[in-house]
Amino acid sequence: MWTWFYRLASPPFVYRVAAAAAPWLMATAAAAIGYGVIDGLVFAPPDYQQGDAFRIIYVHAPAAWLSLFSYTTMAAAGAIALIWRIKVGHAVAAATAPIGASFTLLALVTGSLWGRPMWGTYWAWDPRLTSELILLFLYVGVMSLRPAFEDPARGDRAAALLAIVGVVNVPIIHYSVQWWNSLHQGPTVAKLAKPSMPGSMLWPLLSMLLGFMLFYGAVLCIRLRGEVLNRERLSAWVREAVKS
Amino acid sequence: MNSGGFWSMGGYARFVWPCFGFAFAVLLWNLWSARRFLAAARRRTARALMMAASQRS
Repeated sequence: MWTWFYRLASPPFVYRVAAAAAPWLMATAAAAIGYGVIDGLVFAPPDYQQGDAFRIIYVHAPAAWLSLFSYTTMAAAGAIALIWRIKVGHAVAAATAPIGASFTLLALVTGSLWGRPMWGTYWAWDPRLTSELILLFLYVGVMSLRPAFEDPARGDRAAALLAIVGVVNVPIIHYSVQWWNSLHQGPTVAKLAKPSMPGSMLWPLLSMLLGFMLFYGAVLCIRLRGEVLNRERLSAWVREAVKS
Repeated sequence: MNSGGFWSMGGYARFVWPCFGFAFAVLLWNLWSARRFLAAARRRTARALMMAASQRS
C-alpha cells in the first residue's frame, strides 16, 4: 500500500497527471459555470424576500465554500508533507494558497455587496464575516512566510505549520452562524435532506458549486506543474518534460 | 424575465452585476496567473538545464 502511495505522490507522476487532467477539468468547469450563470440569472425565480438580490448567492456561496475547501486542502497537504516527508505535499500547499486567497477575497467582496441592500451595511464585525477575514489573513501569512526563509525547505515547513495551526478557523467559520448570534443567514445547501431552496433555485447553485470546484482543480493542476518544475529543476525526468 | 427587468435586476443591478463581474475577473486572473507561473517555471528550468549542461562540457 505504501509503495502505491509513494508512487502516486512522485513528482513525475503528479506532473503528468496534472498536465492530462487540466484541460478536461477546465472544459467541464466552463460548461457547469455557463449553465449555472444562465439558469441562475435568467430562469431562477426571484426570492420572495430578497427579490433579485438573492442571485448574488450564485457567486458568493461557491466562492465561500472554495475558500474553506482550499484552506483545508492546503493544511492537509502540509500535514502529509510534514508527517510522511512527501515533497509534493509542499508543492500542493504552495499551489493552492493563491487560489484560495483569491476566492476568499471574492467571498468577502460579494458578501459585502449583498449585505448592503439586505442588512443596510457593507460590513459588520459579525462572527462569520470576521472569521472569513481572518482566513484571508491566514492565506496571506502562509504565502508570505514561505519565501521569507533563505532555505526553501525551512520555508515550506514553516508555511505548513502555520496552515495546520490556522485550520482551526475552518470549523469556526462554518459553525459561526450556529454558535453565535449572526446577521448572516444559516446553512442553505448543507442540509441536503431538507434544503431551504426550491429546485429551480437550487440546481443552478449546485452547478456553480461544481463548476467552481472543477475550475479550482484545473488551476491547481496548472500551478502544481509550475511548483513541481521549480522544485525538481535538475532532475533527469524534468529534462524530458521541458523538451516536450 | 423581460430584458429590462433582467438588466435592472429588480432594482438591485448595482449590487448583482458588480458581483458577477468581479467573480469573472477573479476566475480570469486565476487562469492567467497560473499559466504565467507555469511558463516562468518552464523558462527557469530550461535556463538551469542549459547552465548545467554548459558546466559539464
